[in-house]
Amino acid sequence: MSAQPQSGAGRFTGRWRELRRDPRFAWAAVLALALLLVALPFLTDWIAGRTWVRIAAFALLYIMLALGLNIVVGYAGLLDLGYVAFFAVGAYFYALLASPHFDLHLPFWLLLPAGAGVACMFGVLLGAPTLKLRGDYLAIVTLGFGEIIRIFLLNLNAPVNITNGPQGVNLIDPIHLGDLSLAQAHAVLGLELPAVYNYYYLFLLLTLAVIFVSMRLEDSRIGRAWAAIREDEVAAAAMGINTRNVKLLAFAMGASFGGVSGGLFAGFQGFVSPESFTIIESIMILCMVVLGGMGHIPGVIVGAVLLVVLPEALRYLGPLQSLVFGRVLADPADLRLLVFGLALILVMLLRPSGLWPSALRRRELAAAGGRA
Amino acid sequence: MDIFLQQLVNGIVLGAIYALVALGYTMVYGILGLINFAHGEVVMIGALAALTAVQLLMGSGVALPGPLIAALGLLFALPVCMALGYAIERAAYRPLRAAPRLAALITAIGVSILLQNAAMLVWGRQYHSFPALLPATPHTLAGATVSDLQIFIVALAAAIMAGLIALVHRTRLGRAMRATAQNPEVAGLMGVNINTVISLTFVIGSALAAVAGIMVAAYYGIAHYFMGFMLGLKAFTAAVLGGIGNLAGAMLGGLLLGVIESLGAGYIGPLTGGFLGSHYQDVFAFVVLILVLVFRPAGLLGERVAERS
Repeated sequence: MSAQPQSGAGRFTGRWRELRRDPRFAWAAVLALALLLVALPFLTDWIAGRTWVRIAAFALLYIMLALGLNIVVGYAGLLDLGYVAFFAVGAYFYALLASPHFDLHLPFWLLLPAGAGVACMFGVLLGAPTLKLRGDYLAIVTLGFGEIIRIFLLNLNAPVNITNGPQGVNLIDPIHLGDLSLAQAHAVLGLELPAVYNYYYLFLLLTLAVIFVSMRLEDSRIGRAWAAIREDEVAAAAMGINTRNVKLLAFAMGASFGGVSGGLFAGFQGFVSPESFTIIESIMILCMVVLGGMGHIPGVIVGAVLLVVLPEALRYLGPLQSLVFGRVLADPADLRLLVFGLALILVMLLRPSGLWPSALRRRELAAAGGRA
Repeated sequence: MDIFLQQLVNGIVLGAIYALVALGYTMVYGILGLINFAHGEVVMIGALAALTAVQLLMGSGVALPGPLIAALGLLFALPVCMALGYAIERAAYRPLRAAPRLAALITAIGVSILLQNAAMLVWGRQYHSFPALLPATPHTLAGATVSDLQIFIVALAAAIMAGLIALVHRTRLGRAMRATAQNPEVAGLMGVNINTVISLTFVIGSALAAVAGIMVAAYYGIAHYFMGFMLGLKAFTAAVLGGIGNLAGAMLGGLLLGVIESLGAGYIGPLTGGFLGSHYQDVFAFVVLILVLVFRPAGLLGERVAERS
């Protein structure tokens, strides 16, 4: 990098770098971000309408899911193609215990941690026999596991009706804390908060908690053990890491994040059906992690937001066509995924290590590229 | 006993198709270490391209015998799929050869989504019925019914697989492929043009996919833009079951998966006293896969590879 103090651009980047080192700048940035996140539902509602507030809430949900999978894929380096199974377990756990289906209406604060626990159990159940498998064999086994869970959800309506089969479970209790139901509008400080806003704020809080846990995990003893296994399993074992247990822990942690998101999804959506938990969904979550930048929390967040928002934004392809060509040439619903597939390919071709990779990954990639 | 034989026959036919698709997965994986998620979509394009050719021929008014039309459809689908396989490798995978492996995987997923939706734009969302071109005359064999079509599918698949094994083990190209699979860098130093070998691997795999696509469409009488996805997944499962990267393994895995599936679908009801129905067919396949991998982590015929560091 050649320094050019004379040029205007060089002076500007120099100032910028100085500014970034200033702690006051960091605080101001955090404050601005916090304000933006709090005001986001109002802004999106004002600019783009109520649907987009819902999409923002979904984006938060997927950030949680993606960060959960990030533990398995990004930190521990285990390819999991059936992650949606844990999401499904969490969602059905909440749906069955808080709906008229069994006429059980357990409280939310009890179901959420319990759902995480149940999903965690499933994670161990899957991990324990299979974690000695090498990379892609593990991938296909997790894929199979995801399908098994989905097929059971689809067919466990006979002879004993447990999951209500393809119809799914309806009329799930909305999330409520004590008497405070999130499905109703509330007035806070003179502001009317519709139901979607409440969910948005709850998801925001939980997402921040998940981000915090992810960050602390990454720097912990366990996180370093995961990184060691990811980089070189044999060497990690030689350094005294119990690779099996540590990998199992990654699976269980990732699964419990999935379980939490699942419970929130069921409460938010009001119904669950096996259709929401297909393999495509697993692949989507994996795309969020890899597209954003594996193992790098800001990257994963960007990936999740992008993959939730992009397909929704592509719905506007229809109006855009009539604007440019004067008529609708192709059904936007058909074009949507086509453009999405193309975007996946292009991003990976142009930025193989993700949109926002961690500094460490970037260095590794540069080193590998230099060798080859 | 009749049911057993019948399900066995059905399973072998299904397995032969799985095996053809699995070979495409296993060849690419053996050389690049990449799960080519788009392979199932190539099968789908093969089936739909053949369907278009067949429909054009039947609509042209010239009275041709059914098998000839099918053969011409295949002749049309083969170059289409081969070109597609070549293009996918060239445009989407080659630039990523030095990149992290998951990047290539995501690209493969992107290609798969792209092809699926492109096919949907071209052929529409509806199910197309594939005309019955080959005689489905049933024969009774020891209590099981076997149709000409079934015999033909298995025979053709067997012939192709024999040809492929001869290609890989007897020809110069085959030797180059095996060398590249073992170590691309050293193979390159020995004068093998790796890019050509990899391109040809994709082309051959796609040709097999085209054949498999027509077989599936003719066997079930249906073609659809989404048909490749589950088929590809099953075929990949079959390849892993047999030991991925191993040609004989893919064939064995494919046959085994087909037989397990149809036997499972036939027997799971009576075995569990009607508790689990034939909807659990797929569960059966995946449970067997997991069990096999738990006891033989590298698949049935896969060699145990020491972990490199």
